[in-house]
Amino acid sequence: MSEMLTKEPVRTGEQSIGGLFLAVLKRDLLLSYRCRSDLVNPLIFFLMVATLFPLGVSPEPDFLAQVAPGVVWVAALLATLLSMDSVFRSDYEDGTLEQTLLSPQPLFVVVLGKITAHWMLTGLPLALLAPLLGVMLFLPEGGMGGLMLSLLLGTPTLSLVGAIGAALTVGLRKGGVLISLLVLPLYIPVLIFGTSAVQAAVTGLPLDGYIALLGAMLALGIGLAPLAVGAALRISVSG
Amino acid sequence: MAEKKKWMPRWFYQMASPRWSYEIMGKLMPWFAIPAAVLLVLGIAWALAFAPQDYQQGNSFRIIYIHVPSAILAQSCYMLMAVAGAIGLIWKMKVADMVAKSCAPIGATMAILALATGAIWGKPTWGSWWVWDARLTSMLILLFLYLGVIALNSAFESEATAAQATAVLALVGLVNIPIIKYSVEWWNTLHQPATFTLTERPAMPAEMWVPLLIMVIGFYCFFAVSLMMRTRNEIIHRERRASWVRELIEKQ
Repeated sequence: MSEMLTKEPVRTGEQSIGGLFLAVLKRDLLLSYRCRSDLVNPLIFFLMVATLFPLGVSPEPDFLAQVAPGVVWVAALLATLLSMDSVFRSDYEDGTLEQTLLSPQPLFVVVLGKITAHWMLTGLPLALLAPLLGVMLFLPEGGMGGLMLSLLLGTPTLSLVGAIGAALTVGLRKGGVLISLLVLPLYIPVLIFGTSAVQAAVTGLPLDGYIALLGAMLALGIGLAPLAVGAALRISVSG
Repeated sequence: MAEKKKWMPRWFYQMASPRWSYEIMGKLMPWFAIPAAVLLVLGIAWALAFAPQDYQQGNSFRIIYIHVPSAILAQSCYMLMAVAGAIGLIWKMKVADMVAKSCAPIGATMAILALATGAIWGKPTWGSWWVWDARLTSMLILLFLYLGVIALNSAFESEATAAQATAVLALVGLVNIPIIKYSVEWWNTLHQPATFTLTERPAMPAEMWVPLLIMVIGFYCFFAVSLMMRTRNEIIHRERRASWVRELIEKQ
């Protein structure tokens, strides 16, 4: 019995670890492209949060330049968090998620594909938009490169860790606030090294160390987070 | 089958039976409750009345006899919760789920106690209630992790799903705790000159550290008792439809 079951999937598996990843990626990108407002919302949120700080704290250029790395990073973190709830939500509601879990494809790859799609639609645009915010907040020009680089390396980790929270809460009707509670403490290391990298870039110090640490966290996240997401999805769907 | 090497002791498998666990915890409880009471009373009396004053901090240092044990316990409680959660996930052991669930509120309370006593001690010593010191901040983040676990656990209607989801979160937290700890320490040393770091305690005389050790052991015993009480309550609550629980209630 078990032999019969395993014979077929082995062949399909051979065809497509990369193919599966690309198929999932393409599907998710296409789905989001069809619903464009969801795509822009995190970016608008990102912009709005950054606007609040000069209004709420102080419009002084010197002061803003000092806090700019932290403000941009916190805004990016919150924007990622807001978009997290929708990663698995629609798949869960229309039953696609259950089919995915039943399919013989490795869940690790499917999950990684979905997370990559999420990052391409939130983290990547955020990183590209960040210099605009940097200019608004008087971030010194030397810091722009560090800002973009740290966001490019840090936001995938945010997506990976956030997906764990999203997977744990996908079966619940009100997941929004709960995700933030679960995930925010786990975001702290990324925030620390991200802002430190930008500050190092502003002051002209070498930022290799921070970038290496962000990369290390990303590598750890790619290796471990999809496993946790897969386990969490199975729990959420079966419960 | 009989020749297969047993790599887990028998009591580990017996633990899977809620009834057996309930009974064994009932038997074990006095063995922890009495030492807990004796050690805590002895330790408090020694610490507050007989231990010598600190030559710099005077009497205010005495709060460490509460602060240090609660901080140690808050950390080890998270470990226990994650390990119990992992056992529940791997062996599908209901009792392990219940232990993990019972750990969370105790650990959160200990973290709050550690933070509160730290703040009270910080006011006369550092001149402010709160300092963004690395160790304080990582304790605060530990408290956040506990609160997340509690919030997730109470969000599910099905107890089995709640236990599994919480176990995954606790394990993710366990992987993250060292990363958070070291990143926070680094952040602190980068941003702040070393004025507020908790300096290495001067080598304490024995009259000072012996009561501290007594308090730590007393806290552990107290933790064991309160964990067993909570777990027993949880077992009774979840097994309320089982016949042995009904018999137990009818007997009383």
